[in-house]
Amino acid sequence: MRAVLPILTVVTAIVLLWYAAAIPMNAKWAREQAARNDVTLSLTELVADTWSQDRPRLPAPHQVVAELWKSTGEMALKGRAFSKRSLITHAWYTLSATLLGFVIGTTAGVLLAVGIVYNRAMDMAVMPWAIASQTIPILAIAPMIIVVLNSIGISGIIPKAIISAYLSFFPVVVGMVKGLRAPGRDQLDLLSTYSATGASTFWKLRLPASMPYFFTALKISIAAALVGTIVGELPTGAIRGLGARMLSGSYYGQTIQIWSALFAAAILAAALVAIIGLIERGTLKRMGMEP
Amino acid sequence: MKKPVIAARGLDLTFETRDGPVHALKGVDLEVCKGEFVSFIGPSGCGKTTFLRVVAALEHPTGGTISVNGMSPDEARRSRAYGYVFQHAGLYPWRTIAGNIRLPLEIMGYPRPEHDKRVQEVMKLVDLEGFGQKFPWQLSGGMQQRASIARALAFDADILLMDEPFGALDEIVRDHLNEQLLALWARTEKTIGFVTHSIPEAVYLSTKIVVMSPRPGRITDVIESTLPKERPLEIRDTPEFLAIAHRVREGLRAGHAYDE
Repeated sequence: MRAVLPILTVVTAIVLLWYAAAIPMNAKWAREQAARNDVTLSLTELVADTWSQDRPRLPAPHQVVAELWKSTGEMALKGRAFSKRSLITHAWYTLSATLLGFVIGTTAGVLLAVGIVYNRAMDMAVMPWAIASQTIPILAIAPMIIVVLNSIGISGIIPKAIISAYLSFFPVVVGMVKGLRAPGRDQLDLLSTYSATGASTFWKLRLPASMPYFFTALKISIAAALVGTIVGELPTGAIRGLGARMLSGSYYGQTIQIWSALFAAAILAAALVAIIGLIERGTLKRMGMEP
Repeated sequence: MKKPVIAARGLDLTFETRDGPVHALKGVDLEVCKGEFVSFIGPSGCGKTTFLRVVAALEHPTGGTISVNGMSPDEARRSRAYGYVFQHAGLYPWRTIAGNIRLPLEIMGYPRPEHDKRVQEVMKLVDLEGFGQKFPWQLSGGMQQRASIARALAFDADILLMDEPFGALDEIVRDHLNEQLLALWARTEKTIGFVTHSIPEAVYLSTKIVVMSPRPGRITDVIESTLPKERPLEIRDTPEFLAIAHRVREGLRAGHAYDE
């Protein structure tokens, strides 16, 4: 509970700043409209207008919240939670690709890490490539992945998941290599006095020792997976998903729609990270290691 | 004469480092018989830990011969000839005390029904009954080290190699554990190799004290203890005890004079 006050303070500060910023950002349009209609705006009228435009440059917080509610809760109440205009539908498309990409990325990441730790050639060869892969802008490579996969007849969720996996495997590789190498010399020596096989060293020592690193990596990885999916939805002119909502919002100057999609993505990311945090706490507690 | 359990002849071990070769062991001859309690004492760098690691096949000698139970150290390890206790208990934090003690049994493939029985037995031996379900962080340093000794005893090795097991513990806990270790040794009749740099600890525990000195790591004196097998803590004030301690100290000093 002690965390509530600082968090509230920060949130309040952000909201206040946001409202303040919305005034100069949207004032020009308000003045132009007023000039066109031949009216002069008092200061209060001006401020009120900047906070309630249809297509503001920077929508005010309450507009975003209202749009979020309109496209989720309100539709759900009307029984249209999964209609095409519902943000829930779009979030679900993004989420499903994210989860698939996360699973692919995490699996690939763990396998690569095991390879790096156990194979000298892979130790020397894989890491530079993994790092290089992350230095290529995902925006540049995402359309190519989608085009290439489309041309061999793969479309829909898979290309998005692959882009998502492309971003999410990396933190897992780095974290797991560190985690699998966490056991010290004494712990490894102990196992060699038992003449332990490589397999039992892995299952009984390296893998459990890597768990704290694994969960830390997963938290970064799932957020990266979501970013990857959204980026994957942008260049294809996709009609579904949060990325598509942002794109169509920007086509039509629907800033409120863009912002509400952004917030939906942020809420989704926070929820995913929180779920992993819960699994982490449960697992580490059962392992006798408080995080 | 009894057949030696550990026999080293002309044992050399040279580490190649960037600053040139380091002679960790040079010309080490030693025999350890069944049931002996042998302490290795000397300043750091004298090769006492290295010798123990060679016996355990964690290091391999560059010269000379060594046999453990009449086999090479590697074969001895595969036949589970010894249990090794490290300076740090090194219990796995994600396993309970019982889980930690069970670890060698799982790895060595002991049949499952036997696990619990053995774990109970050795926990009793080190006085840790009732702590099986605790996690290591819930135990004191001394108790953790006892658990690690139990772990080394869980399988039937008749040699126990201990590398400064009580080095990180305070004096009072150490005295207590020394007493317990002697009692355990008397009960189990194991052969124990014990590395320490405490003179009283070495004299109190051992039937044989091996004094070593560094650069190159070698044995400067081997002292057969004349103390009786029954040793209350008070024995440390007897003239006999002090005489042996004196000889150990002389041996250590001689090793150093050679060096300077």
